[in-house]
Amino acid sequence: MNLETFKFSVDGDGVAHAVFDVPGRSMNTLTAQAIADIIAITGEISTNDKIVGAVLSSGKPSGFCAGADLGEMGEQAGGVPDTEMSEAELKKAQFDRGFSLNKTLRELETCGKPVAVALNGLALGGGLEVALACHYRVAANDNPKIQFGLPEAKIGLLPGAGGTQRLPRLIGAQAALEYILQGKSMRVDKALSLGVINALVPGDETVAKAKEWVLANPNAKAPWDEKGFKMPGGVVHRSPGAGQVATIANAMLAAQSYGNYPAQKNILSCVYEGQQLPIDAALRVETRYFLNTQARPEAKAMIRSLFLSMQALGKGASRPQGVPKYELNKVAVIGAGLMGAGIAYEQARAGIETVLVDISVENAEKGKDYARKLVEKAVQRGKLTEEKGEALLARIHPTDNYDDFKGADLVVEAVFENPELKAKITKMAEEQLSETAVMGSNTSTLPITGLAEASVRPENFIGIHFFSPVERMGLVEIIMGEKTSQETLAKSIDYVLAIRKTPIVVNDSRGFYTSRCFGTYTQEGLTMLAEGIKPAIIENVGRQSGMPMGPLEVSDSVGLDTALKVGRQMAEASGIDYSSNELGQMMAWIVEDKGRLGRKAGKGFYDYGDNGKPTRIWPDLNSQIEVTVDECPPDMKQELINRFLVRQAIEVARCFEEGVITDARDGDIGSILAWGFAPYTGGCCSYVDLIWGIKDFVAEADRLADKYGDRFRPNDLLRDMAAKGEGFYDRFAPADMEKAAA
Amino acid sequence: MTDAFVYDAVRTPRGKGKKTGSLHEITALNLATQSLAAIRDRNELDTSDVDDVVLGCVSPVGEQGADIARVAVLNAEYAETTAGVQIDRFCASGLEACNMAAAKVISGEADMAIGGGIESMSRVPMGASGGAWSSDPEIALKSYFAPQGIGADTIATKYGFSRDDVDAYAVESQKRAARAWEEGRFSKSIIPVKDQMGGIQLDRDEHMRPDADMQSLAGLNPSFAGMGGMGFDEVIKQRYPELEKIDHVHHAGNSSGIVDGSAAVLFGSEEMGKKHGLKPRARIKAMASIGSEPGIMLTGPTYVTQKVLKKAGMEVGDIDIYELNEAFASVPMLMMQLLDIDHDKMNVNGGAIAMGHPLGATGAMLLGTMVDELERTGKETALVTLCVGAGMGTATIIERV
Repeated sequence: MNLETFKFSVDGDGVAHAVFDVPGRSMNTLTAQAIADIIAITGEISTNDKIVGAVLSSGKPSGFCAGADLGEMGEQAGGVPDTEMSEAELKKAQFDRGFSLNKTLRELETCGKPVAVALNGLALGGGLEVALACHYRVAANDNPKIQFGLPEAKIGLLPGAGGTQRLPRLIGAQAALEYILQGKSMRVDKALSLGVINALVPGDETVAKAKEWVLANPNAKAPWDEKGFKMPGGVVHRSPGAGQVATIANAMLAAQSYGNYPAQKNILSCVYEGQQLPIDAALRVETRYFLNTQARPEAKAMIRSLFLSMQALGKGASRPQGVPKYELNKVAVIGAGLMGAGIAYEQARAGIETVLVDISVENAEKGKDYARKLVEKAVQRGKLTEEKGEALLARIHPTDNYDDFKGADLVVEAVFENPELKAKITKMAEEQLSETAVMGSNTSTLPITGLAEASVRPENFIGIHFFSPVERMGLVEIIMGEKTSQETLAKSIDYVLAIRKTPIVVNDSRGFYTSRCFGTYTQEGLTMLAEGIKPAIIENVGRQSGMPMGPLEVSDSVGLDTALKVGRQMAEASGIDYSSNELGQMMAWIVEDKGRLGRKAGKGFYDYGDNGKPTRIWPDLNSQIEVTVDECPPDMKQELINRFLVRQAIEVARCFEEGVITDARDGDIGSILAWGFAPYTGGCCSYVDLIWGIKDFVAEADRLADKYGDRFRPNDLLRDMAAKGEGFYDRFAPADMEKAAA
Repeated sequence: MTDAFVYDAVRTPRGKGKKTGSLHEITALNLATQSLAAIRDRNELDTSDVDDVVLGCVSPVGEQGADIARVAVLNAEYAETTAGVQIDRFCASGLEACNMAAAKVISGEADMAIGGGIESMSRVPMGASGGAWSSDPEIALKSYFAPQGIGADTIATKYGFSRDDVDAYAVESQKRAARAWEEGRFSKSIIPVKDQMGGIQLDRDEHMRPDADMQSLAGLNPSFAGMGGMGFDEVIKQRYPELEKIDHVHHAGNSSGIVDGSAAVLFGSEEMGKKHGLKPRARIKAMASIGSEPGIMLTGPTYVTQKVLKKAGMEVGDIDIYELNEAFASVPMLMMQLLDIDHDKMNVNGGAIAMGHPLGATGAMLLGTMVDELERTGKETALVTLCVGAGMGTATIIERV
């Protein structure tokens, strides 16, 4: 046997030992080569009479296997490949290729010899599926990072190597669906109690334990190959309980994801159809659903954005080369309000000494209280030891004295959005800073170039825009001012990575990228309200389009007074008389006459309970604007969904045209992480490229523009892209992706 | 084409559909047999002239399985040549069975046929026949599957029926049913159910609560709020985004009762009636079925009524009395609102909220009730309709002869 990813040997007892060890990687993945090797190993175990059984294990300390190679998988996802083959030939070829691992694992499972797997660390996705096809699974009890799971659904795929069949047969459909649909991992103790793992021993004893079991169990069979096998929880249509599980699972999925995620629907189908079949037939059904899922644009979009791009940006893909890594030992935060306090907490959590300054020590301490509360909660939940919590808090130094900034490597200013105040603070801070320190402003709207005018070192001045609540939002938008240097950018990216957040890089403009595009969703919702569409329709369809909240609820969160102010500014800028405009009149009425300022006031478009959660849409909302549309059949719903999503994508295209963003990955990841753009689309750019296709998108945007106004009108960039058949990922391909392609 | 006439109609009283119900001790086969035997005996039929027996049954499994219509025909000792077929159109099965029997006469396939239904809900529980609709994700998701009660609550929410409104409807149903029994309005059709010794097991609908009032109903908890919270409210809002939330107003007291019962209706041509010396009681004027939006599920009666009226060349006002199965209070309330039908013309003798809804049999029971009521009042035309699972409606217009 000529193996590249496994080391294979047979010991004196006739037990084969296959050690998974993909060369040049810190973690094993199921590359095409690894699958070929598993096929060869399976053949050898089955046919070599000297082999009495086999043990699989890993040569990596990190664990057994992290699953499919998503780079390879992403290339295969979405659409039909160019081929000379007939449709029938193509489908057969796709099936054969897609089924190969499933087929091999089934051969391994039924080879008539015991096969055990020793899991020294994590087994995820295809890694766990390989393990589930073994007759016995022993795992390490001393590896804190060990975990098991089938995370495929998170990136628009489904487990296609038996996971949707073996896990339900092992632990029942209900428990299995919980893990497969959400892609969540189980800890080792849970895996043991569920029966996913058969035994736990110290990591360095897993292989010996597996071998011992192999020798003691020469006639091992999978439970589902035993006569009289009964699936835990029963089989649908044969046991009423199982029927209820299926019915409720359908409803829960529909309620949670509104049918937007084809992978999850197909997972339900695999489990529903598969449990009624013998496992061999069930595995074929799984492979067909896997290929059906993989061919969806959603799969390609989700793999690319939620895995590949997230990983690339999380490793600093946009960081300029040639600047040495910037060590951040001390960082100062100015302003101990909600944002400053959150930033201070995140820095301290990442081990950075943090100076938190405000106009008084008392105010600064209040900011630190925020961190104290978060630490307390984390300790209560067992996520942080008391000791580590203390150490974290000890890294936050509240003060009112700018002298304490001395030696800081970076400053984040997070005071009110007032240019004069920010200018004053920049001057005060810079007096204490070295020439190499970075001065960052956490502004969400004020142009950085303007703010940098107050700076003595504008090349060191940069926008570092956090999102609220800081400790939960994973994105940071870095804004380049006109004079900001590449070195400052590199240092800022190092800072963002140090606090374990994902950076996107944008150029200066009012509202930058995220604040500007995010607003279009709520504006479209308000426009619908002014048109007389019933508020419940706007809110429900907003959520059902894949956005995390309805636009009216978002407006309430932002503040209706703010929305009114922004609306007036925008109207003024476009020469519209906002006071004679229906929307303008309505906003003025609700804010100025009715005093409903949004969630902060406990009343806005919604009424709010004492816990700050919305209780109902304000019943008098339509006393000002008559409801003219109070039904929403499916075609109208689709129209509203298109208005919500196309409107946002058009604004994103404008940002590209104006050079505000330059990398399609930033566009996608920014849209998902900053304002929750429907994740199944892969983000605004992938929505255009993959969900529509550029030509259809431009046609739809034109249709919407003709019907609803020029806010939907495609810009020259989009028209040029459509004419050339180029998507955002063709036109704005990131530099390192181009390199990889070449 | 031949006219189809109704010559007779019988039904059993409805027993509570639980272990303590009076008909729980009677097999489903026996219950179906008793209706077939009664309609034969009281009309002195030579059953060799009965070409076919069509019985509705919604859970055709277990003792109700394997074509209970043919098995009941054999058990009732009809002529060997009488065929039997069981059909399932969910809640309208009994009426559909009658429509099919009538259609056989109209088309000439049969000269005499029986339509009817059987459901022993205490012995073969609702849902026992399973089915793909709710459990197979392929169809459940695309058709917005939600349990019927969620659909009923959705109708109430969408069309503005409050808890008080639906409760008031239920109280009135109970009052009307009690009055109908008091005045013997069902006596022409009711056949007492005999026990294994030939003694009387049940001779009166036992689900009724004539004392129900607004106060007693107010104490009942909504039946479908829990299921709504498990996800079905969100499912239905995907089809009806105009609803901010679903008001769960239906409960055991304003929904149809779970009961056991059977029914049979005798159809034949004019000629065959004469041969047997039978007097026609009503003529089938028009029949129809329709599909409607499956998520809300229960709006079909309005649309099938419009359809069958059109077929008959009639208008809403031309019908003297309407009978619409009271699956849930909001169902008849919606049709009255949408078609502007006066409550005085709708379900004049109460309905399933009071007396119960033996799924496969109810439609045939309602048809018999309308024949009796036309004769009692001397009115001319009646329209019978039912809402149906998975979004359908079935309707029949009859006129007194």
